[in-house]
Amino acid sequence: MINGVLHPKNVIAQLVQHRVSHYVTLPDSETAHMYAALMAEPTITVVPVAREGEAIPVAAGLFVAGQNPVVSIQNAGLYEAGDALRGLGLGIGLPLVMFIGYRGHNRKGDTPDSAATFLEPYLHMWRVEYYVVESDQDLDRVPLAFDKAARTNQPVAVAIGTEYASEDAN
Amino acid sequence: MLTYSDACRVINDSRNQAVVVTTMTQTKYWYQVSTEPDLDVGISNAMSKASSVALGVALGDPERPVICLDSDGSLLMNFGSLATIAGMAPKNLYHVVFNNGIYAITGGQPVPAPGVDYAKAAEACGYVSTHRFDEIESLDNALPDILSGPGPVLIELIVKGEPQSEGVDQTWESNAKLPRQLRALRKRLTGSDDWGPGGPYI
Repeated sequence: MINGVLHPKNVIAQLVQHRVSHYVTLPDSETAHMYAALMAEPTITVVPVAREGEAIPVAAGLFVAGQNPVVSIQNAGLYEAGDALRGLGLGIGLPLVMFIGYRGHNRKGDTPDSAATFLEPYLHMWRVEYYVVESDQDLDRVPLAFDKAARTNQPVAVAIGTEYASEDAN
Repeated sequence: MLTYSDACRVINDSRNQAVVVTTMTQTKYWYQVSTEPDLDVGISNAMSKASSVALGVALGDPERPVICLDSDGSLLMNFGSLATIAGMAPKNLYHVVFNNGIYAITGGQPVPAPGVDYAKAAEACGYVSTHRFDEIESLDNALPDILSGPGPVLIELIVKGEPQSEGVDQTWESNAKLPRQLRALRKRLTGSDDWGPGGPYI
């Protein structure tokens, strides 16, 4: 059981604070409220992709052109995007924060969802550093991810360990 | 049927200050004719993702034309990018697909469906215009107008396949080329040399 909720507006405030220009994403079941809230944020352009493997290459192109993108895809999509992460994330030294939906995460360690089981080993395998965010109380980890990506010129993950709440949820 | 060499020469004649994102066989021919190497990127270490990188550059620098020199095998591997590009509708993106029906770099095996009409596929996804050429004169005549019009545009080129006999160049230096090119391009586009070393190659 995860205590507390994660409100999109608080995550978006972090994105705005870090001058994020583009949010490259394939929506998933946990991010519906986040997607809706982002569409109302005028300073960030949402770039929907058809397949998760496109997200990191699109972000690489945006960064090369002087923009400041982030990626948001689900853990299952990150597995699909493995070669893009290798070639156009780690391989080029791309400073990129990736928000990864931690589908199936329940803190008990016995989740029946293999998408959750494999996420942290997968990130370790790629040597991608990551921070887990489960509620608004964890959002102080997001600046750490932006800082680490910028200092190391490497992708850094923020694993979103809960479903984004509606803004009126407590 | 077009040759890679002629097609690249004609495209370079009309590129002006466009960024060119290339991949696979045409990369070799492009480097032989390109007059703006600081605006070129050869996607050599992430097969199929040239169209996605080009989309990112086009969205990030909407005032500058971006030409993607893609190939049929690569596009089949990233076919959803046609819909993604159409959805974002960048007016400055020109997507060229070299269609030879084979995987040239691995020795010439046929792609799964050599008869795919990429121009029709792009049209169905919502590209603003699509074109198909199989001889150099018509490409040469039409290209300046195409590149001065709005994107996203798909230009399919029917080219003679050239199965590669030598192996893929895999050295530390060859793999360092892409991150170096990307840094040079960012410096050219932004005027800022602020992307330091990172990753295994630089």
